[in-house]
This record gives sequence, C-alpha cells and structure tokens, in this order.
Amino acid sequence: MATLELDVAEEAITQPARKGRKLGVLFWAAIGWLVFVFAVAIFANILPLSSPTDMDMLERRAPFSTEHWLGTDGLGRDELSRLIHGARISLVVGLCAPVIGLVFGGALGMLAGYFRGRFESLVVGSMDVLLAFPPLILALAVTAYLGQSIFNLTLILGLLSVPAFMRVARASTLTLARREFVIAAQALGATHARILLRELLPNVMLPLLAFFLLGVAVIIVVEGSLSFLGLGVPPPISSWGSMIGEGRESLEVAPRLAFLPAAAMFLTVLAFNLVGDTLRALTDPRQGAL
Amino acid sequence: MAFFVARRLLYLLPVLIAVSLLTFSIASLLPGDLAYTILGDQATPENVAALRADMGLDQPIWWRYLSWLGHVLQGDFGRSFRTGQTVLQAVAERLPVSIELMLLAQIGALAIGVPLAIICASRSGGPFDRFMTGTAFGMLSVPTFLSAILLIYLFAVELRWLPATGYVPFTEDPAANLRFMVLPALTLALAEWPGIMRVLRSDMIATLQEDYIALAKAKGLKASRILFVHALKPSSLTLVTITGINIGRLIGGAVIVETIFALPGIGRLLIGAILTRDLIILQGVVLLVGAGFVIMNFIVDLLYAVLDPRIRHGHA
Repeated sequence: MATLELDVAEEAITQPARKGRKLGVLFWAAIGWLVFVFAVAIFANILPLSSPTDMDMLERRAPFSTEHWLGTDGLGRDELSRLIHGARISLVVGLCAPVIGLVFGGALGMLAGYFRGRFESLVVGSMDVLLAFPPLILALAVTAYLGQSIFNLTLILGLLSVPAFMRVARASTLTLARREFVIAAQALGATHARILLRELLPNVMLPLLAFFLLGVAVIIVVEGSLSFLGLGVPPPISSWGSMIGEGRESLEVAPRLAFLPAAAMFLTVLAFNLVGDTLRALTDPRQGAL
Repeated sequence: MAFFVARRLLYLLPVLIAVSLLTFSIASLLPGDLAYTILGDQATPENVAALRADMGLDQPIWWRYLSWLGHVLQGDFGRSFRTGQTVLQAVAERLPVSIELMLLAQIGALAIGVPLAIICASRSGGPFDRFMTGTAFGMLSVPTFLSAILLIYLFAVELRWLPATGYVPFTEDPAANLRFMVLPALTLALAEWPGIMRVLRSDMIATLQEDYIALAKAKGLKASRILFVHALKPSSLTLVTITGINIGRLIGGAVIVETIFALPGIGRLLIGAILTRDLIILQGVVLLVGAGFVIMNFIVDLLYAVLDPRIRHGHA
C-alpha cells in the first residue's frame, strides 16, 4: 500500500506541469482560428469588401480572380464577402443563444442545487418537459409559428439550451454546497445571497464557461441546419448554413460554393469544441467524465 | 420490477400531459390566426369570423385545449386543410420510411463504432487508438447536412455509384429501396458512430482492468474471445444508454437527411407542413414525435433497469 500512496503523491505533483504542456499546438491553433474569425466578423464593414447582397448576373459562379478573391455565387454575389458576413450571423446567434442558456440555466441550476426541496423538483421537472422534444423539432416548430428572424432564432435556441446549462450548474452546486468553505460561511452567518454569489458562483462559473464553449459549437450547427433547410435566417442575409444550402444546387458545376462555407463552419465548430473540451478537462477532475 | 415500472409510468403521465400542453400552446398562443391562414388574403372579416366559429376558435383557450385533447385521445388528430388527409393517415404513410432510415443508420453506426472501440481499447494509447480518438473528435464537429453534401458529391456526382435523391418502397423493390437508402443512412451513421466509439472505448478500457479479464487471460483464452465476449458483454449497458441519449439527435438528423435526399418520411412531412403553413399537420406531427420520443426514452429506462438491477432498487 505504501508504494501506491507514493505513486498518487507523485501524480499530484507532476499533474499541473503536464496539464500546462497538454494544451498543445492544436489548442493554440484553434484559438488562433477563432481570433481570426472574430476579427474579420467584427471588422466586416471596415474591410474593403464588396457588398454581400449586390448581384451581378453577368458574373455568375465566376472563378477566383483579383476582383472576387473567392469567386461569386449563383447570383453573382461576392463569395468572400458573403462568407465573412455569414460568420457574423453564425457568431452572433452562436454566442448570444448560449448566453441566454448560461444566465437562466445557470441561475436556475444554482438555486435548485442550493435550496433543494420542492423548488428543485419543480425546476428539474419543467426542464424534463423541454427535453421531452427532440431539440431540432421544437426549434423548427417554434420558428414556423414565430416567423424567421435572427432575434427569434436566437431566443428559441437560447431557450432550448437552458436545460443543459441548468444540469451542469445544479450538479456542480450540489457537490460544492457540501464543501467546507460553504459550511464555514453558513456557520459565520452569511446570507443565502452572499453564499450563492461570493462562495458558489466563482466555483460554478468555471465548468459553466467550459460548457458554454461546447454550447456555442452545438448552436452554430443547429443554426446552420435550420438555415440550410431555409428555415433559419431570412434571405438575402448570408449565413454559412444557407450558403451551403444554396451551393448544394450547383454541386455539379461549382462544388466550391458548398465546400467553402462548409470548411469555414467545420473549422469554427471544431475550434470551439477543441477549446471547450480542453477547458472542461482542466476544470473537471474526474477522468473521462462525460 | 413491477414497482419500478409503476413508478416510471406515474412519472410518464404528467410528462405526456405537459408535452401536449406545450404543443398546443405553441400552436395557439403565438401570433397568426389559423382561420385567416386557411382562407388567405382575400377573405372578408365575415368569412374569417364564420370559420372561427365553425372551428371553435372563438371559445376560451382552456376549453379549446380540452376539446383538442379529447379528440386526440380518441385518435382524431385533425385533418390537413390543404390535402384533406388526416394527420394519422399522413403519419402512417411516412412512418415506415423514417423508421427504416433510423434503424439502418443505427446499425451502420454500431457496425463502425463497436469494432473500432474494441480495437482502440485493446491497444489504448497506441498510434491507432490516438488516431481514431482524434478522428472521432473531429467527426463530432461535422454537422449532418455537411457530411450529406460530401457524400452526395463523392458517390453521386463524382463516382456516380449511387442516386442522390429519390425513393422506392421496400415492398415494391427491396434492392432499389436499399440503393436509395445507402447514402441517407450512411450520413446519419457518420454522425452517430463517434459518440458510440468514445463512450464504449473508455468503458472497455475500465473493463479490461477487471480481475476476471486477467483470469481469462491466465486461462489462456484467445484475445479475440476475451475482447468480444468477456469484455463487450458488460458494456451492453453503456450501449443502451448511448442509444437512448442519441434518439433525439437521430430524429433531428433524420429530418435534415430526409429533406436533402428527398425521402418521403416524417421529417419531410414536418418541413412541408412548415413551408405551406399547414398548422394542423404541424401540430399533430410535433405532438406525435414528442410523445413517441418520451415513450422511447421510457422504454430505454426500463431496458436499463432490466440490465442493471441496482437501478431498480435506487442504488445507482
């Protein structure tokens, strides 16, 4: 047994250093790609780009040229400009929707995990009802009734992400609420609000933020799927999903019209997954936890 | 076991009621007047009022919900005001297509994921394991519609081996049916196998460290027998769990895949209803899919309890 304990101690000492190195090239490449996409999306209006909606029927599906770096699409619109403006949509929806989930799901989950009892059963029960629908079906049905707009889309996808955030926040709060520092704060007579905000929130925030990045990846895919089906952002606004959908029509003559936005979307989703998964592994001490 | 089933059934009922309530309120509380949608722009206010009274739309909302629920419980989900088909007819016509698609996809995903998981687990940490784990992680970032486009481009446009769209019923011509089903099912399977592989792999790595595996090795059993029989069996529980978790994603994926490959399944019925604003069909399909999903999860829960007695007694 003595040797076993020694092993464990050694693990504990070497662990932080190894984790620091484990971030690796891929992690930084992912960060680099995300910074790049964010930069072009934010400065899309300042960059010397042609309009993403101006059509030029004489220049349809034009190949790469100095005027149109990535050519033009089926309606003669500049492909590069549409890609960059599409990034804006994906990022705005992809970031705002999980923020809704983070704020409401996080708050509900912390309250449920801290106060327990009836309130917890009520929260968990109502979230189960939201989860009772396959998410894409519910998103489709609600956008069908509410009408297609970026605001509606963000709202619905945000609402759909609340249960997942609630689960993460509740699970972390449940374990944290039994820890010594919380019991000490209670013994010192701290109010519930103080314990929740000063003791629990900073600790729950880390796993929630890691989950947030994974949530962004999922939302970008769902937004892309809806736009691909023509039920996401309304035309003529370009979104990666709708561009892939339009490019599908000309797969035989100009496959790049589908593959360029596809590559942009895949790299961005992969980058969010990579960064989120790395952070999750760092904040979650359990090995191989899902 | 009977007690466990009864308890789960008691839980199932309120969830189903809540699903019906949610479906109904999405359809009723949101803007847009059903009567107006049916009659179109040319309708006079009198026409709209008459149809509203005819359909009971002028009744209070709780009364409309109860009468709708009453009809639903008698198997009357309403009738499309565009095609005249009842919801049940439309669904019954298309359900076999969706079920065949999802079954084939699940079989494909298991056929790819399970062997890979076993090979990776038996050589965990090796180059093949690291390569496949990386590939699986990358595949998780590929949306369904993206792999569909890639497969269509590769097998239908470039190689011209398989048709890109179309459908023939299985009863008419099984071979042609399968030819049309290969690409859609493969698309869905490509999205599903990474999850199966990742979970099964980590589960198997843990199992392979158990004492009885060491005993089996000591007895001199063949490696393949140990892997496929002794180690895979206890992991069946994990497989059931993942299958349960994946059902929701599979249904969502099926909607996209059916639309891309023009398969006449439930997904296309739903998208078509949305595009033509056929609210009765939409409401009926959403309710049926939601209820079906809840019941499938219920069955997975039961299966789980059958496989692992600890859950029945509330120890897990």
